[in-house]
Amino acid sequence: MNGVAIRASAHLLSAALFPLRPPVASTIARSVDHLYFALTGVTLLFTFLIFAFIFYFMIKYRRRSEDEIPQEVKTSTALEITWTLIPTLICAGLFIWASSLYFKDSRPPIGSTEIFVVGKQWMWQLQHPEGPREIDQLHVPVGVPIKLTMTSQDVIHDFYIPAFRIKKDVLPGRYSSIWFQATKVGEYNFYCAQYCGAEHSAMLGKVFVMRQSDYAKWLAEQSNGVSMAQAGERLFAQLGCATCHAAPTGGKYPGLAGVYGHPVKLSDGRTVVADDAYIRNAIANPGSDLMAGYAPSMPSFQGQINEEQLLDLIAYIKSLGAQESQATAQ
Amino acid sequence: MSVDVAELSSRSRVHYLNESYGVKSWLLTTDHKRIALLYLVSITFMFLVGAAAAALMRIQLLEPNGAIVQPETYNKLFSIHGIIMVFFFLIPSIPAVLGNFLVPMMIGARDVAFPKLNLLSWYIYVVGSLFTLYCVIFGGVDTGWTFYTPFSSTYSNTHVLAAALGIFITGFSSILTGLNFIVTIHRMRAPGMTWFRLPLFIWSIYATSVIFVLGTPVLAITLVLLTLERVLHVGIFDPALGGDPLLFQDLFWFYSHPAVYIMVLPAMGVVSELVAAYSRKRIYGYSFVAFSSLSIAFISFLVWGHHMFVSGQSIYAGLVFSFMSFLVAIPSAIKVFNWTATLYKGSISYDAPMLYALGFIGLFTMGGLTGLFLASLATDVHLNGTYFIVAHFHYIMVGGAVMGFMGGIHFWWPKITGRLYPDKWARLAALIIFAGFNLTFFPQFMLGYLGMPRRYAVYPAQFQVLNVMSTAGATILGIGYMIPLIYLIWSIRYGPAAGPNPWRAKGLEWQTPSPPPKENFDETPIVTEEAYAYATSPPERPRA
Amino acid sequence: MPPVRRSALGPEMTATETRPRALEEQFESLDAQHDARKLGMWIFLATEVMFFGGLFMTYTIYRELYLPGFEQGSHLLEVRWGALNTGVLILSSLTMALAVRSAQVAARRFITIGLLGITMLLGTAFLAIKFLLEWRHDYAQHLVPGINFAYAGPYAAHVQLFFCFYFFMTALHALHLIIGIGILAVLAFLTWRGRFSDQYYSPLEVAALYWHFVDIVWIFLFPLLYLIGGR
Repeated sequence: MNGVAIRASAHLLSAALFPLRPPVASTIARSVDHLYFALTGVTLLFTFLIFAFIFYFMIKYRRRSEDEIPQEVKTSTALEITWTLIPTLICAGLFIWASSLYFKDSRPPIGSTEIFVVGKQWMWQLQHPEGPREIDQLHVPVGVPIKLTMTSQDVIHDFYIPAFRIKKDVLPGRYSSIWFQATKVGEYNFYCAQYCGAEHSAMLGKVFVMRQSDYAKWLAEQSNGVSMAQAGERLFAQLGCATCHAAPTGGKYPGLAGVYGHPVKLSDGRTVVADDAYIRNAIANPGSDLMAGYAPSMPSFQGQINEEQLLDLIAYIKSLGAQESQATAQ
Repeated sequence: MSVDVAELSSRSRVHYLNESYGVKSWLLTTDHKRIALLYLVSITFMFLVGAAAAALMRIQLLEPNGAIVQPETYNKLFSIHGIIMVFFFLIPSIPAVLGNFLVPMMIGARDVAFPKLNLLSWYIYVVGSLFTLYCVIFGGVDTGWTFYTPFSSTYSNTHVLAAALGIFITGFSSILTGLNFIVTIHRMRAPGMTWFRLPLFIWSIYATSVIFVLGTPVLAITLVLLTLERVLHVGIFDPALGGDPLLFQDLFWFYSHPAVYIMVLPAMGVVSELVAAYSRKRIYGYSFVAFSSLSIAFISFLVWGHHMFVSGQSIYAGLVFSFMSFLVAIPSAIKVFNWTATLYKGSISYDAPMLYALGFIGLFTMGGLTGLFLASLATDVHLNGTYFIVAHFHYIMVGGAVMGFMGGIHFWWPKITGRLYPDKWARLAALIIFAGFNLTFFPQFMLGYLGMPRRYAVYPAQFQVLNVMSTAGATILGIGYMIPLIYLIWSIRYGPAAGPNPWRAKGLEWQTPSPPPKENFDETPIVTEEAYAYATSPPERPRA
Repeated sequence: MPPVRRSALGPEMTATETRPRALEEQFESLDAQHDARKLGMWIFLATEVMFFGGLFMTYTIYRELYLPGFEQGSHLLEVRWGALNTGVLILSSLTMALAVRSAQVAARRFITIGLLGITMLLGTAFLAIKFLLEWRHDYAQHLVPGINFAYAGPYAAHVQLFFCFYFFMTALHALHLIIGIGILAVLAFLTWRGRFSDQYYSPLEVAALYWHFVDIVWIFLFPLLYLIGGR
C-alpha cells in the first residue's frame, strides 16, 4: 500500500516537474538501479543518523552556564572497533555487489550484433554492417544483444545512453566497446559525456528501439545494397591494397584470408590475436607489431583514410576469413 | 593562570600588525602571521574571480538553450572556474592561511623552520596566479581543469600554455609550504609537546604536507610534458602521433586525486579544533582521528584510477582501484563518528564556527557517501561524466572544505585581528550558506542520475526545472558568502576588541594576546598536558 | 596545576651569552637549525625524486612500447662521452664530500674553497662535454626535435620521441647541475669570508646532499638513455 502511494506520488511529481528516474530500457538497467537505490539507502541512512545524533546532542548537551565544564568521557576502543568494522563490512558488501555486476555485464554475449560508432567533433556516425549509416541516430531491434565498437576521429568522446545505464569513452586511435540489450520499444537519448570542445553539448542523438520485424524492414529500406564489407572491398582495390595483399601473395606479403580473429606471430616473438585493433594498427601504423617473417615495407595510410573507411576495410578483411572457410567447406 | 597582557588594548600594545608599518614591511616580511594574511588577500581575490565564473555559468544554465553566452565562452568559464578554484583557492586556502598563521603558534614555536622560503612561496603563488589571470583576460582556456589530451595538446586554440604554466609555477608554492610545515612540525615543537599532545589540526596539516610534497611534483612534470607535446608535437600524448592519451590521464590523476585530500584534510583538522572548543571537550578517539589523517593521505595515492573506470582502463585495474576507493572511505567515516561522539556529554555552544563545523560533518558525510556510488564500478558507469560527479565533489569541497575554511576563519579571527565580529550576522550567514548550498547542489545529484552530462553549455529541456533550482540555490549561496566578507572587513575597524581567549579554548595559540606579538610567545612555552585538556585545566572566563 | 609552565630563559642561553650570528631567530640552537635544514633538504630531494620519477616512468612506458625505435635512438648517442661524464660526476661527488669533511675538521679555508672549486670545475666539465661535444654533435646529425630533426632510418617517429626524452631529461638534469654550481660558488665565497667553522657548516652539508642527488640522477639517466639494446 505504501509502495503504491510512493510510486503514485513519484509519477505525479514527474508529470508536474521532472522525472525522478531515467527510463528502464535495458537488461542491466534494473539491476544497476537496485544497486543505486541500495547506495541511496545507505547514504540517506547514515546522513540521517549523523544529523540526528548531532541535533540530539546539540540540544541535550547545550551549554547551560558560562562556566560549565563537562567531565571527561573515556574513549572506548570497543566502540572505535565497532564503528570501523560496520562501515568496512558495508563497503565490502557494496564492493562485491558492484564488482560482480560490473564483471557480469562486461563481456557482450556471443553472437551479438555488432554496430560501429565513430565519434567526431561534434557528431556521431553509426554504421550497421549491412550497410546503412546514420548520423546522431541509432536504430536497433528490441531484445537482441548489440555490441557497439567505437572509435574517435579526433579527441576523446564518450558514448552514453542513460536509459540503458551504459557509457564508455571513445578514443582516437583505438577501439572501445560496450554492449546492451534493449528491453522496451521507444526513443531514448544518447549523449557525449566526455568534454570534447566547442559543441560538446550539441553532440547528442536518439536511440530508436524497434520491434524486430520493424527493424528488419527499416534495415532493408535504408540499405543501398552495399554492406560495410562490400564498401571495404571497393576501398581495398581503390587504395592499392590488392597490389600486395591479393591472393596469391607469393610469400613476400601476408595473405589476409583467415587472418582475422586468429593468432598472429610478431617479429619480436610475441603472439597476438588479429582483432579489430590489430588490423587497424596494421593499416595506420604498419611496422609497429610487425608480423614475423616479413619486412617492414608497408606504407602508412594514416591521414589518407578516415575511421569509417578503416572500419569498412576491417569488415572486408573479416569477411575474407568467412569466405575462406566457406570455400574449404565446399 | 594565563599571561596577563589581556587588559592592554591592542592599540597601545605592540603586536605583529603594528610592530612595523609600510608596504615594504609587509612585502618583505618573514613573519608567518603576516605571510598568512598576504595569502588571505590573494586567495580571496582569486576566489572572487572563480566565483564570478560560476555565477555566469549558473545564469547560463537557467535556459536549456543557454541564457547568456555561446558554448565556446561557457567552456572557458567552466575551465577557468575549475582551475582557479582548485589550484588557486582550495589547495592553498587552509594550509597557506590558517596553517601558516597557526602551525608555529600551536606547537609553541616562534616561526616556521624556513621563514624566507615561506615568503618565497607566497611570491611564487602570486606569479602563478598572474599567468592564470593573463590567461583569463586575454581569451581564456577551454580544456577544463583536467586538460585531457589530445584536445589540450593538439586541438584547443586557447591559452593552454599560459594556464599550464600558471599552475606549474603555483605548484612550487605548495611544495615549499608543505616542506616548511613538515620540518617545522618535526623539529620545532616546544618542550613537552610530544606528537600525541599535538592539536589534531597539526596532524591534518602534517598529512596534507606529505601529499603536497610527494604528489605535486608529478603534476608539475605532467604539465611540462603536456607543454612539450603542444609545442613539439612528438607523440607523448597524441594518439595520432603514437602517444597514449590514457597515460596523460594516469599521470594527471596521480596528483589530482591526492589533491582533493589536500583540500579536505585541513578542513577536517579545523573541524576537530572547532568541535573540541565549542563542546569544551577532548576529541573522542584522539589517536584514531590522528591516524585516520595519515591513512587517508597514504591511501589517497592508490585510488586515482577511479577517475578512469570508463576511460578504457583494464577492468582488472578497475577492480583494484574500486577496492582502494572503498577503503579510503573508512578513515573518513571514523573521523565523522569520533566528532559526533565528542558532542556526547559536552557543553555545546552555537557560535558561528560551531555551526560551520557541524554543517561540515553533515555535508561531508553525504558527499563522502555519494563517493561510494562512484567507487562502485557498476553505478559509476552510469554516473561518470554527469552532474552526479559535479554534485559529489561540490558537497565535499564547498559543503566540506569551504565551510571548514569559513569556520576556521571565524574561530581564529579574534586571534588574527584582535577583533570580534558580530555574532548574529555570523550565525545568520552560516545558515544562509548551508541552505543555499544544499539547494544548489542536491538537485545536481538528481540531474546526474537522470543522465545530464557535465560541462554542457546547453541541455535538453527536460532538465530545466532542476537547473533552475540549482541556480536559485547558487544565488542564495552567493549572498551568504557576501555577508561575512562585509562584516569581517567591518570588524577590523569597528569590531569590539577581543581578549586573548574569547572562546575559552585550549591550545597554545590562545595563551598569547590577540593579536599576538611578532615572536608569538614572550618565553618558549613548556607543555605539560594533553591536547584539549578541558576537564583538568579549563581556561578562565575572559575578563570583561 | 597551571597548564603551561614558562621557562625564564630559553635553553642554550645564559645571561651573558649572545646568540651566534648564524643562528636564525626561530631556532633554539645551531644544532636544531642544522637538523631542520638537513631534514628540509631530504624532503626537497624526495620531491625531486617524484619529479624525475614521473618523467622516468613516462620514458620507460614509451621505451617498452617502441623498443626498436628507442634502441636505434640510443645507438646514435656516444657512449664514451656519457661514460666519461659519469666518471666526472662521481669524482665531483668525492670532492664535494671532501669539502664538507674539511669544514667539519676545521681545515684551512683554502682547502675547503679548493675542493669546492674542483667540484665546480668537474661540474662545468660535465656541462662542457654535454653541451659542446654531445649536443653539438646531435645538432650536426639533425637529431634535435623541434629544431632540425630529420632522420632517414626506420621508426623515425619513435627515434624522434626518444630524442625528445633524451634532450628533455638531460636538459632538466643539466639545469639542476647549473643551479648546483651556482650554489657552490656562493658557498665558496662565503667560506672565503669566514662564515663557516667546525661549529657551523650546515649549508655545506645540505648543498652536498643536493649535489650527490644530482649525481645519482645521472647514474640512473646514463644506462636508461645510453645503454639500451646492449652494447
